[in-house]
Amino acid sequence: MHNPSAITSTRAAQAASHATRDPLIVQWTLTATAIATITLLIVVPVASVFYQAFADGAASYWNNLVNDADTWHAIKLTLIVAPIAVASNVVFGLAAAWTIARFRFPGRTILTALIDLPFSVSPVVAGLMLVLIFGLRGYLGPWLREHDVEIIFALPGLILATAFVTLPFVARELIPVMEAIGPEEEIAAVSLGARSWQIFSRITLPNIKWGLLYGIILCNARAMGEFGAVYVVSGHIAGRTDTMPLRVEKLFQESNNAGSFAVASLLMSLALVTLVVKVALERKTRCDLAEAAQLTDVGAEA
Amino acid sequence: MLTMLRTSHRVLPGFSLGMSFTLFYLSVLVLIPLAACFTKAFSLTASQFWAAAWNPRALAAYRFSFFVSLAAALSSLILGMLIAWVLVRYEFPLKRLFDSLIDLPFALPTAVAGLVYSSLYVKKGWLGQYLVPLGIEGAYSRFAVVLVLTFLGIPFVVRTLQPVLEGLESDTEEAALMLGATRGQTFLRVIFPLLLPALITGFALSIARSLGEYGSVVFVSSNKPFQTEIAPVLVVAELEGFAYAEATAIAVVLLVISFTMLVAINLLERWSSRHDA
Repeated sequence: MHNPSAITSTRAAQAASHATRDPLIVQWTLTATAIATITLLIVVPVASVFYQAFADGAASYWNNLVNDADTWHAIKLTLIVAPIAVASNVVFGLAAAWTIARFRFPGRTILTALIDLPFSVSPVVAGLMLVLIFGLRGYLGPWLREHDVEIIFALPGLILATAFVTLPFVARELIPVMEAIGPEEEIAAVSLGARSWQIFSRITLPNIKWGLLYGIILCNARAMGEFGAVYVVSGHIAGRTDTMPLRVEKLFQESNNAGSFAVASLLMSLALVTLVVKVALERKTRCDLAEAAQLTDVGAEA
Repeated sequence: MLTMLRTSHRVLPGFSLGMSFTLFYLSVLVLIPLAACFTKAFSLTASQFWAAAWNPRALAAYRFSFFVSLAAALSSLILGMLIAWVLVRYEFPLKRLFDSLIDLPFALPTAVAGLVYSSLYVKKGWLGQYLVPLGIEGAYSRFAVVLVLTFLGIPFVVRTLQPVLEGLESDTEEAALMLGATRGQTFLRVIFPLLLPALITGFALSIARSLGEYGSVVFVSSNKPFQTEIAPVLVVAELEGFAYAEATAIAVVLLVISFTMLVAINLLERWSSRHDA
């Protein structure tokens, strides 16, 4: 019953837990400081947004959102711009991840680095680059005016700016997931005569679905909340090119605090929902991984 | 696995389609706009570029941007290290909730962060009513900018540090204890050097993020030229005055800085992963 190696390992574990344990007073001080920091920097601002949004009661909150025509338009505009930007980045993410994770080719590392590039460009500079091309005095400006195409200070500009800023999210999430899964199942499907579309919809998509969803929600949160890039290309025409974050700023400039915080509370709710889904997805993928590991263990034993 | 990938090049479909779409999309959205920006900058003569990118107002803006980003990255580093340590090592009620909340700055629109931070620290705000009488101006000041950038920077430090802290083997600390080191010595001489690569990476990520930030800073700063104006705010100011060339020159300086940061961060990550191995 008493096997010696078990005893030594418990002793080692005791020694280890002793060695890694800080004195109680240190534990308490550090924990209290950490909780105070998170509370002050994160919890208090969250609470404050909702408190100030509802400061004049629920009726006034509702009124601020629905009966202010410009605010209502901003909400609708965000619900048009963000899904289009996210959808095009999903298509891009799938194409890029398939190319990078399934094939070896020269310049593969550079391509991967290029995908990350928009993260390191200041959003304001991103907006400026679009203005330089499509703006009235931009490279394509005269041609666009001749053909009556509006990009800057209009919907296409908002979509382009948002898509630029959120470009890396989906691809970045999918590349490691697809690399971890490996090409075996897809190669098997090809050898059994599956068509490209069948491989994608029956094998690849089910395998990457949680990673894809994870990328989509992060991409969407950023797309709906983007400020700097959109600020530069929108021209701030109330009721026409103001998205929700721009509306927050405009109401704040007009000293309409209740209105500004009402819109902010919607964006804050979006961030909180994003966090909840993110945690759930992380738990889900961890369970899947554990299950897969168990299966391989069973397979190895058999 | 590697041989599989090599054969997959021939076996799996979709390489040319995937590759051409990827390159097309990247060109339209990233490469052509970047090229336009640099072309515009190169259309200026050297002295024009110099006058636009290196005048006193622009220099003051770079200096202010750099100063607040550095200060915010330092405070994110200290607070983030503390939070990561507590989250990995100790147990306390609602720990998982606090852990998930760390990611809020990633998910929260920066305009909302700016709005709420500016309202909390003014004289009548929830926190300002106690702080302003003490002489602490947490809104429309340098401190305000550092504060909101710290909020944005903390998750970068915590999330790069957490996996490293979780992966530390207890036997190194055990050995230090047995050899007679105090807890403080163990931390400084044994644990801290192991955390150093992750700390530097988190620090660099948070500086890079702060240098480009616009949405939150424009709310909490008074945006006074020469004093509390960050470089992206100056770019917008030039654009609103239709000074495209000036705006582009400053943007090119910002781009060069952020690309240098990007290369530095990549090198750091490669260095620290070699360190782990």
